[in-house]
Amino acid sequence: MIGNTDAVRLLDSKREDSVFVATMNANNVGFGLPSVTTKEPLDFPISGAMGKASSVGLGLALAQPNRKIMVLDGDGSLLMNLGTLVTLSNKAPKNMYHFLFDNGVYAVTGGQPVPGAGKVDWEDMAKGAGYAAVFSFDNLEDLTTGIDQALATQGPVFIHLAITPEIENTPVAFRPRARRSVQTAFRELPVALGSD
Amino acid sequence: MTTQETVLHPAAIIEELKKNEFTHVVWLPDSETNFMYQLLTNEPTLDLVPVCREGETMAIAAGLWVGGKKPVVLIQNTGIFESGDSIRGLGLDVNQPLVMLVGYRGWSRHGITNDSAARFIEHILHAWGISYYLIETDDDAGRITSALEEAERTSKPVAVLVGTEFGA
Repeated sequence: MIGNTDAVRLLDSKREDSVFVATMNANNVGFGLPSVTTKEPLDFPISGAMGKASSVGLGLALAQPNRKIMVLDGDGSLLMNLGTLVTLSNKAPKNMYHFLFDNGVYAVTGGQPVPGAGKVDWEDMAKGAGYAAVFSFDNLEDLTTGIDQALATQGPVFIHLAITPEIENTPVAFRPRARRSVQTAFRELPVALGSD
Repeated sequence: MTTQETVLHPAAIIEELKKNEFTHVVWLPDSETNFMYQLLTNEPTLDLVPVCREGETMAIAAGLWVGGKKPVVLIQNTGIFESGDSIRGLGLDVNQPLVMLVGYRGWSRHGITNDSAARFIEHILHAWGISYYLIETDDDAGRITSALEEAERTSKPVAVLVGTEFGA
């Protein structure tokens, strides 16, 4: 299993000028992208959009074909919007890298298992949907050595990551708030992309 | 009796989209829009983005918009009901100036409308504070421009209800 922070930190180190469209644990204030990012203006948090990070990422990938778009998705999130796998592979953006942070649980609601946890074969699902390439990593060492090949492969690429669950049981009202809101990101990203 | 003046042709809609320099049509087909599909696939200035479920459309449009493009959504009113959280989270909450062309299934100026898709849609749009325009003939196509102007002026989604089936 891979630690959430370790995975996000490694991807951030490989991002160059990529946009990160991040949701749920991958975007957790304490142990996700906001805690390690080195290029915040190119981070696009979509935590409130219930499974739509890959859809937003598809739009960005089509609008910005010369820039890598990395979607940092969650398994519970993707289950809410499974059709996106086919929608995305049908348009086949070559610059799309869809990372699935698979921890098997709804971590922010107390750790209840997601439907199909341990049974769903995400690699087969992505292959069956028509992604150009599929990778899977279940430890940090392999991810560290394999990430360059994944990012050098023409998209759309699906990268499955087996992530250690980090459960949040603190009442929502007492959790740390994101310093940078979704609305702020919507205002800032077009400036960073030069598309404003 | 249906006359030429009361028909809505998909070409009139597409000309309006081209005039306003829309770049992408994010859509899920419905029974009324087959002729539109045939024209769209042959229109080089509009990139068609087909989806599996309507709630994807506002999210894809959000990414296109932030990336510098001008998308329009084309779905049926039944799809608006399915898309509630996307309209809230990625339309209204982020001030997306999105035009949504919405097939008005069940709409009639005459008699009683029994289709709940028609009976509920305007109430839902009112509840969200989303303005809407009605298109029934080619002469109404200019309301797409009005909707776009309002969407950009208010930084909010605006709906265009397509109240008739397209002619060939």
